[in-house]
Amino acid sequence: MTAAPPAEPSARACSHCGLPVPRGLIEAAASEQFCCAGCRTVWSLLRAEGLDEGFYRLAEGAARAPARVSGRRYLELDDPAFTARYVRPLPQRGLCATELYLEGVHCTACLWLVERLPRLEPGVVEARLELGRSVVRVVWDPARLPLSRVARALDRLGYAAHPYRAAEAQRLRRREDRTLLARIAVAGAVAGNVMLLAAALYAGLPAGMEAGYEALFRWASLLLTLPAVLWSAAPLFRAALGGLRARTLHIDLPVALGIVVGFVWGAVNTVRGRGDIYFDSLAVLIFLLLVGRWLHRRQQRRAADATELLFALTPRSARVVEGERSRDAPIEAVLPGMVVEVRAGESLPVDGIVRVGASALDTALLSGEARPVAVESGALVNAGTVNLEARLLIEVTAAGEQTRVAQLMARVEEQARRRAPIVEAADRVAGYFVAAALLLAALTLAWWWRVDPRAAIDHALALLVVTCPCALGLATPLAVSAAIGRAARRGILIKGGDALERLARPGLLLLDKTGTVTTGRVTLSRWVGDETLRRAVAALESQSAHVLARAFAADLAPAAAAPAPPAAAASSAPRPSPGPPLLVCDVRETRGSGLEGRVDGVALVVGAECFVVARCSAAPPAWAASAAQLAAEQGLTPVWVACDGALRAVAALGDALRPEARAVIDAARAAGWRVALLSGDDPRAVAAVGQALGLAASECQGAASPEDKLARVQRERAGGGPVVMVGDGVNDAAALVAATAGVAVQGGAEASLEVADAYLGRPGLAALTELLVGARATLRVIRLNLALSLGYNAVAAVLAMTGRISPLLAAVLMPLSSLTVVIVSYRARTFGPPIRS
Amino acid sequence: MSVLYLLLPLALLLGAGAVGVFVVALRRGQFDDLETPPRRMLLDDERGVVGPPDPRRRAVAADAER
Repeated sequence: MTAAPPAEPSARACSHCGLPVPRGLIEAAASEQFCCAGCRTVWSLLRAEGLDEGFYRLAEGAARAPARVSGRRYLELDDPAFTARYVRPLPQRGLCATELYLEGVHCTACLWLVERLPRLEPGVVEARLELGRSVVRVVWDPARLPLSRVARALDRLGYAAHPYRAAEAQRLRRREDRTLLARIAVAGAVAGNVMLLAAALYAGLPAGMEAGYEALFRWASLLLTLPAVLWSAAPLFRAALGGLRARTLHIDLPVALGIVVGFVWGAVNTVRGRGDIYFDSLAVLIFLLLVGRWLHRRQQRRAADATELLFALTPRSARVVEGERSRDAPIEAVLPGMVVEVRAGESLPVDGIVRVGASALDTALLSGEARPVAVESGALVNAGTVNLEARLLIEVTAAGEQTRVAQLMARVEEQARRRAPIVEAADRVAGYFVAAALLLAALTLAWWWRVDPRAAIDHALALLVVTCPCALGLATPLAVSAAIGRAARRGILIKGGDALERLARPGLLLLDKTGTVTTGRVTLSRWVGDETLRRAVAALESQSAHVLARAFAADLAPAAAAPAPPAAAASSAPRPSPGPPLLVCDVRETRGSGLEGRVDGVALVVGAECFVVARCSAAPPAWAASAAQLAAEQGLTPVWVACDGALRAVAALGDALRPEARAVIDAARAAGWRVALLSGDDPRAVAAVGQALGLAASECQGAASPEDKLARVQRERAGGGPVVMVGDGVNDAAALVAATAGVAVQGGAEASLEVADAYLGRPGLAALTELLVGARATLRVIRLNLALSLGYNAVAAVLAMTGRISPLLAAVLMPLSSLTVVIVSYRARTFGPPIRS
Repeated sequence: MSVLYLLLPLALLLGAGAVGVFVVALRRGQFDDLETPPRRMLLDDERGVVGPPDPRRRAVAADAER
């Protein structure tokens, strides 16, 4: 494949999202330019409501995406069934509250805008957005406006709203989070105060302390530690007991044992008024272990929301046509045999057969195919695909759970459920560690029993307490959360520690083609024939709304459409030089075939082979046929160009390769990965891309349905070794979940993004290399942490066995080991410095 | 020094009070979302919004605690 002309930024940035405006859409006369209808709608609305200044000031510098305005009516939200399930009445003044999941929320400006909802719709009392989960809580007065109007207002702002199905599960999780935080608070306060008391006791050691004060401090320590042991540490005991019931040595077992034994013995010594107490060490231990647990939970939170979004893929309502009239109906009420209307730009809500109309569908959601597929009366169409060109009437064959996309999503969910919990490094070490600690304690007891029976219990207890794997418990979560934080500041979102561990071991790297190693947009890849015609063709194509026509837009010199800054005009290296505007007239478009018209007085015909050849006076030359054949073999779409009845050029349109893809694949191979392409696209196109990337033909699999992709991943995993899947579409979602680790790339469907373990939030593939390298570095940090904490424990164990440990030494060693682990984790350069957008 | 017998329990009571305040804040949901509020405080309040407290806001706040 020859190098495609790079998609250069056009002269104008969209007034709403700041992205370049396609040249075909630039309006010469207007001062504001928009990249799409969604941005235009949102901009006009903000302008009309006087919200534009505030929003664009906040949005400056933030990464933004074009606004998507669905224009849906959301009448299903007013359905009594919906109200009963999702809406909570508030005690006062008949207000109601509900949660809605919003698409397209990304920055502070979105937060500001969504929370201005009461100003746009006065019946809304409050809108509170939670950025992390993109969930808005709306409180409104149902007597003044229905919920559908609230949803429509959000939609007009570019945030499509969906019922938040996980509200109940979320409330439960929130309660657990609050309880854990409260336990941490109690343990932390106890630890701080007991340490203060211990400091006084240690300071009194050499000089001797008045017996009354010593007893006071010891009793105060005992009473303080009581709530930490009985309440804060309860989850540790539960986990240890659960492990015992399951006949495994849980990492919490020595901790629980140490805490119980240490506390009981300390209490006995307090009552006796002599002997060591370990309350300070115990309290700090409980506090740090709970903090480690909390960090861990926070990482896993996002992954738990994973499948929530899958239901946002297909519209929740459909426009049902009955005779002359049409009405909106919730998707649950749509039955096979009904006829639904789908306008241009909408997604199909159902599977069905086209009855009236002809159009092109974007089926990328299901097939991963970049090129639109033409459909006409009688064609079978699927829910979730997008109608690009014209109104269609579709007879429903399947709706709701029965559609192909819903079944695909059901498989994704099933995969997600069946995914086995990963055994983490710390847990693997834990079993041996527990056994070793218990064995050593027994040995110490036996040895000292013969030497000095009175000291024997003291020494064995000291061993159990000081070898409590506090740093061991912190080692993994700290290293992982530090790495995840660093990665996030570089635009890479990782959903949990186990994902990092799974990405660290090289294995098979499966890459999707469309949208992953390619840009996913159709551009002009090659032009064979008369170069001077390129501008004229581009000018003609700018009159068409066809998807392929946009590929020519980059060729249209700025001068032809709108006055532009000289910098933009000068940057057009491979492109014909700009000239005076071209006069386009007599344009006629033949659907699915091509376009004809007069450009500066010359008759141009552009389109499919049969369409163009039929309008030529002579047979097409041999070079044109071979150029078209070559294009077809490479999976590109040939477009023929004739001028005044003579064939002059053949353009090949296709999906351009990402410029950095080759380097990323080479780097991955150098690190020990096997790389293969797995795509739903035409096998020839996949092979051509594979060749350009230096992959053997045997490593490029094309025409893979979502089910094939899933099967391939499962087969490869059964063969042993980790399989990492990188993809962007819903068609990859099942494979992403089934893989050892799934990575979603920027610009992909939100569903694939949600089920993936890691998400590359920067355009392009370069972040993939960074992710693989960073994951490896993180695993090294985890190992170092484990080694360090085990080292501390070994030293402490030796001291205890030889009877040289004292409570003071234990109190110093334990926080010191944790501190080392903290420093190592946060100083490690797992990912590079933050990127400023 | 015997004042310690009084001061120590007193200090611990103060500490317990602080923990109590934290738990109340926790129950009111102030620690549920650690991501949005740091950004929200950057946003200007709208003119005219500051005024007598709206009784409805209490209902709203009560709902947030669920």
